[in-house]
Amino acid sequence: MTAERGWVWMYGVAGDDLGALADGMAGVGGGPPRTITAAGLTAIVGDVGDREYGEVALRRNLEDLDWLARTARAHHAVLAAAAERGPVVPMRLATLFASDAGVTDTLQDRAGDFRRALSVISARSEWGVKAYAVKPADPVADPGRLASGPGAAYLQRRRAELSASSDARSEALASAQAVYAELGRLAASARLYPPQAPDLAGPSAPMVLNAAYLVSDDQATEFTAAVSELAARHRSVQLALTGPWPAYSFAGQGDGPGPR
Amino acid sequence: MTQGSLAPSESPALSPGPLSGPQPANLGDILERVLDKGIVIAGDIRVNLLDIELLTIKLRLVIASLDTASQVGINWWKADPWLSADAANGSDKRALEEENRQLRSRVRALESRSRHDG
Repeated sequence: MTAERGWVWMYGVAGDDLGALADGMAGVGGGPPRTITAAGLTAIVGDVGDREYGEVALRRNLEDLDWLARTARAHHAVLAAAAERGPVVPMRLATLFASDAGVTDTLQDRAGDFRRALSVISARSEWGVKAYAVKPADPVADPGRLASGPGAAYLQRRRAELSASSDARSEALASAQAVYAELGRLAASARLYPPQAPDLAGPSAPMVLNAAYLVSDDQATEFTAAVSELAARHRSVQLALTGPWPAYSFAGQGDGPGPR
Repeated sequence: MTQGSLAPSESPALSPGPLSGPQPANLGDILERVLDKGIVIAGDIRVNLLDIELLTIKLRLVIASLDTASQVGINWWKADPWLSADAANGSDKRALEEENRQLRSRVRALESRSRHDG
């Protein structure tokens, strides 16, 4: 039996002070992450096999939602563990090299970019803040006073419902904008994502804000307290805080729009 | 592939109020970060994630969000320059496709009228 050809999966890049990775951690493909050092930088990588991660297999697998979910979680878990030890520039999913030499070349060629990105995210973390519109309470029916017949009663009730839901929606949107702006004052940088689709966000609560903030670690307590305070003040939305995340949204120029 | 695999682990309560604390990352949060964000460098395998027909993902994470959001009037963030270019292009593309469709049907109507006239 011949050995399967392998690829080097790149999770992210840290400075030269990352230290040892946790023992016994399983990365993408089940193997443990390891490090490659060059140009004063540390690449966090792992070894994966061609049968699952070669170019053809990868294209097919990326369209398999279960495979993608598993891989995304594994990629994220390694980055999250590394980010606890210091700044890490996360690579987009599926950054693969034929050998360690390719990784070393990349560290050397892009050393300036990586250092700049590391300096932006150093001692900072990403936090996610989402807001969901709170469904308005059903308008109270008052059949005695309102309606002269079942048809008119229905129309009256429907009008009240529509107007209540439209008021609630504008209020939720205004709250979302206020929350976004106010939290921005406590962050080094902020970005908006499109709201997640209802089947991700939950069917009855449309998402009205999906934001990411880069927050200095010594302001993290202030930031999370501000989220709680805003949640108490803005009753038309339910806020959800996630984080701290590795600085996915603020780590560098992709081929999409970069961070502020 | 199951619908269940995308179900969020976090489900927001519908009553407003202070948060209990940071919640564990759900799959949607992770996917939108690892697929769309992070630094992009050219590896030895060239997989442009945006070229791959990640229909289920893109549909759920981007296009469906945009459509649904627009339908219910949640579109203030569309004016934000930090909205992903991809999403913006997608919505331009749909507008163009719709215009294209309307123009085609007008051309067909004109053609059939001119055949009648001629």
